[in-house]
Order: sequence, then structure tokens, then C-alpha cells
Amino acid sequence: MKANIKAISYYLPEAVLSNDLINRDFPEWDIEKISSKTGINSRHISASDEFSSDMAVKAAEKLFAEHSIDRSTIDFLLFCTQSPDYFLPTTACIIQEKLSLNTSIGALDYNLGCSGFVYGLSLAKGLIAGGMAKNILLITSETYSKFIHPKDKSNKTIFGDAAAATLISSEKGFCSIGDFIFGTDGKGAENLIVKQGGMRFPVSNSNDIEDEFGNIRNDKNLYMNGTEIFNFTGEFVPKLTESILEKSNLSKDDIDLFIFHQANKYMLNHLRKKIKIPEDKFFIAMDHCGNTVSSTIPIAVYEAQKQEKLTDIKNVVLAGFGVGYSWAACNLIIE
Amino acid sequence: MEINAFLKNFADILDDTDAALITQETVFRDLDEWNSLTALSLIAMADEEYDVKLTGDDIKSSNSLNDIFEIIKNKG
Repeated sequence: MKANIKAISYYLPEAVLSNDLINRDFPEWDIEKISSKTGINSRHISASDEFSSDMAVKAAEKLFAEHSIDRSTIDFLLFCTQSPDYFLPTTACIIQEKLSLNTSIGALDYNLGCSGFVYGLSLAKGLIAGGMAKNILLITSETYSKFIHPKDKSNKTIFGDAAAATLISSEKGFCSIGDFIFGTDGKGAENLIVKQGGMRFPVSNSNDIEDEFGNIRNDKNLYMNGTEIFNFTGEFVPKLTESILEKSNLSKDDIDLFIFHQANKYMLNHLRKKIKIPEDKFFIAMDHCGNTVSSTIPIAVYEAQKQEKLTDIKNVVLAGFGVGYSWAACNLIIE
Repeated sequence: MEINAFLKNFADILDDTDAALITQETVFRDLDEWNSLTALSLIAMADEEYDVKLTGDDIKSSNSLNDIFEIIKNKG
């Protein structure tokens, strides 16, 4: 049985971290120039009392309203986050209640970052193919801003908070979900990490450390080794793209649009040139929200649809890659 | 691989720095324009122009542009 994407909506928190605000805190940081390279002009930041379940609910309510979806048809909820409300209970259970979804649904959280949306599509497809569910609500939601040190200008410039809700169904949608390629390499674990807060290193008072670029953070905060992540993507994403084309029996020319995890424009263009994808077949949409981790791909798909980039085309490739390291790609067939 | 071409490639990744300031002896870290993004641009340049994977540690352990040049040359 085919699995199809029926609809996507997304939610951005109200507060905006503009370039001007970043400039006020870091006058030495030429934010306009940096922004022209990263392709990010503003980021949305969750309120101090707003958490991933709250954002997930708002994204899902938008999905139901925007696409006239009857919530009682949902029979499974997949929730992707690395900033859950609690260790336990499962955030998906909280979301079920807040959204008044049926109590007969299956619901679970899974912890993935930038590859999370593509993994979610694969899980949803598996549930449909196995006859276990018909209408799966996949929600990605992150509040990375709460992990970032206020004096970490690099990460503040890149990351924004967001949630996206996607309905995957056995019924016809705007596209069907094709094949998948996955990848995992835990050797990159320490290059993108929030060290404290789990069992191994509970939150404790640790010292602020300044890195070679003047960013300040401590072990409670998000740490990203930008140069290592850049090299990881340069090495693995071209192979990932090649593998998904091979798996789906498509050539690069068959693909009408590539939508990659929106890490930042500079990195994306480097990858695009390496893989030799023409600019007009490579979609970038992060100017208004930054790198929203697992929500970047659904946000970009939504924006591509809005800009009619998915009209009169056939094949789309999605690729997510990052924290873990973890990566995945799939192809979509536009109906 | 030739040092002058390398210095020109390095100057090209900068926007506001006078190319005359870019020499073998330049301590790249002291340039006003040096930041986390210029470091990525240097890695991208090494990859695109020389097919060499420059690491963050390579950059950290270097002082002058000549140090970077030598690393790229040895890895190439």
C-alpha cells in the first residue's frame, strides 16, 4: 500500500530574533554580511513558558484548520524532538491529550535532529505498509534556543525554534513517498551535543568556556563543532544523494527539485556545487526562520508548495543530515 | 600547488580585507574578518580548489597562512 503526504503546516513562535537584535548584543559581529552568507535574516524563539509540546500542538492545530483535517481520523502520532518537555512521560502522550486525539491511537517520541523528518516519513510508511495505521500525524518540534548560551553568537545566528506537522496517509495526497536510504555514524556524537542534562552528566555548575571564535558556552549548552560538521556533510551528503538516486532508479536529471536539510545557505551551496545540482533545482527557504533542525525540511516543502515549485513536476529528493551523526534521504513522487 | 595562487584563493574568500595584507606570514586569526564562517570558507576552498579535507584541528594548530599552505600541500 502506498504512503502519501497529504498536508503540511508549521508553526513559528512569536518572538523574533532579528539581525538588529543580534547586532546589539554583538557589535563586533558583522551580522548583515554573515546573514548574506548564511541566508538567515530572522529566527523565531520560543517563549520562556513555551515548550516542544506546546509548539507541536500549535503546528497540528494549524494543520487541521488549514487543510480541513478531521482529527478523529488520526490513528498514530510520531513525535520527533531532542528538547522534550520531560524525561518521562513521553511527550507524544501529552500531545495526544492536548489535541484531543483518539485514545485508540499509537503515539511515541523519537530523538533525532536534522535527519528526523525523513526518518519520520520512513516510520510512517512502514506503519501504513504493515497495515498498522492509515493516518499518521508526524510532528517535529524543537526549542534549541533554550540550549544555546546567550553569548554564543554563532549558534544564535543559525538556529531558530519551530514545529511542523505532517499528515501521512494511505489515501491520496500531494505526493507519494518512495524509497529510503539511511546512515548512522556515532563517531560524530561529540561534535554536536548538549553534554549535560541526561543521566551521564546531570546539570551541574560548569564554567563558561570561550572558543577560538569568541563564542561562550558551557557543558549545559548546545555545542556545535562547525568545521567538523561541515566536513561530515561534505563527505557524506554527496554519497547519500547518489545512493537515493540509485535506490529509486532515477538519474540526477530526473529530479525536479532537491530539498535538503536547511542547515545554512553557505553549506547548502557548497554541497550543491559538489553534487553538481543546478541552482534552479535546489530549494532554499530558511531566510525567515533559520535552521529549525528537524522542521527545516517540512517547512521548505510547505514553502515550495506555496511558491508553486511542486506544480507540474514529478520527482523530489529530500535529504536530512546532522546530529548523531545521522542521515537519511528519500524520494517523493508528486501526484 | 603554488603559494601565490593559494594566497589569492584565500584573499578571494574575504570581502573587506585588502589583498595586499594577505601574505605567507599573515596570521589569519588576527584578521578582522576571521570568524567561524571564514573558517568554513577556508575548508570549502581547500576542498574545491585542492580536493583536500582540511580539519578544524588543522586550522587550530596553524598560525600563518604558510602553515595552512603546507598542510594542504602535504595532504594533496
